[in-house]
Amino acid sequence: MSTPSDNAPAAHSAGAAEESRPSLSALLLDPSFWADWASVVGLVGLVIVFGIAQPVFLSVANLQALLLAAAILVVLSIGQTFVIATSGIDLSLAAAVMLGAIILGLVNAAGYGIFIACVLAVAATSAVGFFNGLIITAGKIPDFVVTLGTLSGITGLGLILSGGEPTMVGSTFLLRLASGSFGPFGYPVWVAISAVVVAHIALYHTRFGVHLLATGGQAESAGALGIRTNRVKIAAYTISGFCAGIASLLLVARIGSAEPLINTSLLLNSVAAVVLGGVSLFGGRASILGPAIGALMLTALVNGLTLLNVSAFYQPLAVGAIVVLAALIMRYQK
Amino acid sequence: MSAANHIPASDAIIACEGLSKHFGGIRAFTDVAFQARRGEVTAVIGDNGAGKSTLIRSLVGVHQPDAGNLFFDGRARPFANPDEARKAGIETVHQNLALIDELTVAQNLFLNREIVRRVGPFAFLDRKAMKREARSMLSRLSINVPSINQRVRRLSGGQRQAISICRAVGSGAKLVVMDEPTAALGVQETANVEALIRRLREQSVSVILVSHNLDQVRRLSDQIWVMRAGKMVATVRASETSGNELVALVTGAV
Ligand SMILES: Nc1ncnc2c1ncn2[C@@H]1O[C@H](COP(=O)(O)OP(=O)(O)OP(=O)(O)O)[C@@H](O)[C@H]1O
Ligand SMILES: [Mg+2]
Repeated sequence: MSTPSDNAPAAHSAGAAEESRPSLSALLLDPSFWADWASVVGLVGLVIVFGIAQPVFLSVANLQALLLAAAILVVLSIGQTFVIATSGIDLSLAAAVMLGAIILGLVNAAGYGIFIACVLAVAATSAVGFFNGLIITAGKIPDFVVTLGTLSGITGLGLILSGGEPTMVGSTFLLRLASGSFGPFGYPVWVAISAVVVAHIALYHTRFGVHLLATGGQAESAGALGIRTNRVKIAAYTISGFCAGIASLLLVARIGSAEPLINTSLLLNSVAAVVLGGVSLFGGRASILGPAIGALMLTALVNGLTLLNVSAFYQPLAVGAIVVLAALIMRYQK
Repeated sequence: MSAANHIPASDAIIACEGLSKHFGGIRAFTDVAFQARRGEVTAVIGDNGAGKSTLIRSLVGVHQPDAGNLFFDGRARPFANPDEARKAGIETVHQNLALIDELTVAQNLFLNREIVRRVGPFAFLDRKAMKREARSMLSRLSINVPSINQRVRRLSGGQRQAISICRAVGSGAKLVVMDEPTAALGVQETANVEALIRRLREQSVSVILVSHNLDQVRRLSDQIWVMRAGKMVATVRASETSGNELVALVTGAV
């Protein structure tokens, strides 16, 4: 199983010098260990603290609710991870979720059936991602400028399409998606788990994954070796858009309507989860498990604070503090 | 002796004529005719900024020349990108080595040439096979790195250069292009690379060698081409020249 430290040196040797595994105490004193495992350490820490402060936190019902609430963020964090691995950033992610939701609502309301509505929603958000990648690579424009522009553009588009009004989506399929479960987990959790597995395989076990990291690490060198770095970047943004589409399905299923509102905390938390997951914002270094656990951690934080009756006003503050802390620890990776 | 009256011969593995490359207002090289004979070691020398690296990079598809014709293996063949050049059988050791710091030694050795296992429509990396191959590639060239699972970032300058050379010669290319392959190497390692170039020549692999070390160039190469300020100014047989003549050609003090 690959973790954030998967790329780290292991104890195989090609030459004469044999490399010994660092001892546990040396490992625990090494700041880069804490950086690589920030999300896991943070999650475990939060579970312990909240578990002691409020035993309800550890109840099966609450843990299930927590996972359910984390599903959307996990899916978005995966999309964001692919983009950040290429040393880009997708600021239009939450806006794309809104656009997907609105298209889903409108197509469904027009009587085309829920499946076509879902497919069109995901196709639209994937197209947004493709468009982002195309403009960034063809126009040689910085990622955050383009995706900031798309963020604004999609917001307008969403408002125009929806007339600023929410659309109710009464579909038994989506209702079952939101409330049904298989085994211990609700369907949205399974969707998130599948996304993690597929993304993990794509990143670690395919040529695309290596080329993605190479593009993010040193695009010029990757290009000199024949990797089509522009295509890789466009693919990463398209994946991000696709993930936004899946998230929009989960979102509409969860709230039962398509709202022309952008949940900016989804965007910020997706970046935060990626940072917590030990992914380098400079590209070239990534994992899927790390950001997924980072997303879980952020959700657990909000969940725990709510159980402790901490005002919702304090939650963004807590998230911000944790992300800055993680970024500080991350500096030791260098 | 002038480069201008050289016509691409039939025994050329790679040849170009009238090749030019500009970056905005900067002329990297203009109207260059050049060729490398099959099975020979062809050297390109010249002062810093003469345009050697840019010429090399234009031959192997990294840059698109603005004008001129390129022939490879007897055919008119400009490469639209480095991938096409590699597929045609050209491997390059770039001056900047083209290594990816965050990837491991094994991943770098197989970058864009990964070994995959097919499962239905999918292709998964065969990491075991790549690691095994990487080990044997390195040991064949007696290159010492602490581990093939080590990130390239942590290797020394010489080790990095060795990895880049290993990648270029380890795959059975028809033409190996080396841009200052011994720049960061110690005495022993330089000797190893020179032996390696001789071995390639014995295996009738064609080599293009860019170097500032004129003694090395005279030791290793069959034909020497001289660039000065973006022009190909001369070409001589290595056996028919002297160090003094080469210095004069490079500096223009003829
Ligand atoms: N990508 C680029 N953009 C702009 N100018 C470039 C680029 N690459 C090379 N040049 C310019 O082209 C000229 C030739 O550079 P080149 O790297 O080919 O020289 P060189 O002969 O390899 O020198 P050295 O011996 O120092 O490696 C230089 O003036 C350089 O500044
Ligand atoms: Mg050079």
